[in-house]
Amino acid sequence: MSARKFDLRYFPGFSPLTWLCLFLLYAPLIIVMVYSFNDSTSITTWGGLSLRWYKEVFFGLEAEKFKAATMNSLMIAVVASITSTTIAVMAATAMVRTGGFRGQSLSFALINLPLMVPEIVTAVATLIFFSTIGFTPGYLTIVIAHIVFCIPFAYLPIAARMQGIDKTYEQAAQDLYATRFEAFRLVLLPLMTPGIISGLLLAFIISLDDFIITNFVKGAGIETLPTAIYGSVRRGIQPNIMAISTLLLLVSVVFVSLSYMVGRSGEKSK
Amino acid sequence: MAAPLLNTSKSSDGIYAGLGPRLIFPTWLVIGCFLAVPLGIMLIYSFLTKEFRGGVIWQFSLAAYDQFFFNRGLFGDEAPTLEWTYITIFWRSIWQAVLATLLCLIIGFPTAWFIATREPKSRSVWLFLITIPYWVNLLIRTISMKFLIRDNGPINEFLLAWGVISEPIHMINTDFAVMLGLFYSYLPFMVLPIYASVERYNFAFSEAAADLYATRFVTLRHVILPIVKPGIIAGCILVFVPSLGAFLAPNLLGGAKNFMIGSLIEEQFKGNAGNWPFGAAASMILLTMVMLVLLYYAREQSKGRAA
Repeated sequence: MSARKFDLRYFPGFSPLTWLCLFLLYAPLIIVMVYSFNDSTSITTWGGLSLRWYKEVFFGLEAEKFKAATMNSLMIAVVASITSTTIAVMAATAMVRTGGFRGQSLSFALINLPLMVPEIVTAVATLIFFSTIGFTPGYLTIVIAHIVFCIPFAYLPIAARMQGIDKTYEQAAQDLYATRFEAFRLVLLPLMTPGIISGLLLAFIISLDDFIITNFVKGAGIETLPTAIYGSVRRGIQPNIMAISTLLLLVSVVFVSLSYMVGRSGEKSK
Repeated sequence: MAAPLLNTSKSSDGIYAGLGPRLIFPTWLVIGCFLAVPLGIMLIYSFLTKEFRGGVIWQFSLAAYDQFFFNRGLFGDEAPTLEWTYITIFWRSIWQAVLATLLCLIIGFPTAWFIATREPKSRSVWLFLITIPYWVNLLIRTISMKFLIRDNGPINEFLLAWGVISEPIHMINTDFAVMLGLFYSYLPFMVLPIYASVERYNFAFSEAAADLYATRFVTLRHVILPIVKPGIIAGCILVFVPSLGAFLAPNLLGGAKNFMIGSLIEEQFKGNAGNWPFGAAASMILLTMVMLVLLYYAREQSKGRAA
């Protein structure tokens, strides 16, 4: 205690509050995970451990619906994350590497616009826009909407990484008669890889997670995993939803951990 | 926070000098065409006449804003009085968002402080632990909160079993549940920016204060808080802004009685109301409020930099 008295970093109660914070963040998720293994048709009573709800997810009545929704979600996330990452790499090169151009600050604001506008407003604006120009809601409208809000998430790690790469590498390449494009492809891009992978993974997760915007721009009959889950939950939480939630939760954790580790390995090799 | 990512040093022209406009073009095309222009069209829609069952008639009208702010009686022929229905919904949303932000601050500040004062190695692990829940699907997090606080959910079962309460506490479909959901959704947003400013805090200031016989809490109040204020403001905005327009927490945890802005807007497009101009007008009002908050933030930030 006497050591603490002189430690200016110490405040009484801060460490219990930190543990409380972790507890609050994780307890609901862990409880849902535990209950997904519940061998009981009611979500309230505990009937022992079993994998029956996982079996239900893959082979049960709603299995087809969720399988189709998962395929839709994955396809949309792959297309949206790859496209938005490509755009973000170009944007980061423009912002960080070209030494300034007209409209740069405005471009910076534009990249961040999807983060500033509330999601529900983006959803409304996108729906109205597609309806005005006469686009039928469907896969295309979902993919376009996803690309838009994935760009800033892909941009942030990519631009941060590019900031940390010294310009001398590319200048050296140019001194050795590499063209600008070669210097980009053979020098900058390999150095950028960790940033690009983090950006890609984050964009993928963001696309996979989206509910509100997708719900507005999807056509009738097309469901992504979140909209399908939402549809089921409105009729009450069924045990199979907990199993799906647990699976999706694990996918998110794996992807974010990967993104984190790739980012860190990049830091070390720098 | 994002400022370092904007490179403004023009002295060292990179080898890509002059390519800027061409490289940024796809971004302008995509975000411009599919977000900036749609926001403009939404503004126009808010001044059009409604078509029943969704859509609009291209005829100028102030009906949407009029419906929002004024009550002209059942047949629209009475003298206009202030319409409270929608203002109350907005007011409740602001209030809920403020409460959620305060709760996030109470838990988030000590957490950020605690993490920032750990050894550098364990800091990144702590930060990672705080960020993981943010990346878990918001819908799933909201569902798990709903599961947790049901009348016969685990919390009530636990408290009943231990004899703390004699009958279940009713939490679901209350304002409290919505606030809890918002708090749970955006808590990591509060921790991260505060952590970033505490990490830069120079403890020599605390030592100086201690030398002048300031107690721990006097130091916190008069030295630390003013210095880390930019991080606190950033955290509050990152929690407040998405809470204001949230849809999932009010919808799944609040039930039909506890309407918030998000549900009001959704109902105009997806629900039974089907009044697009009104939905567009409500969205514009929400967007304006958010932009005002962000403007205030930008001004605070530039003030901080100038000082």
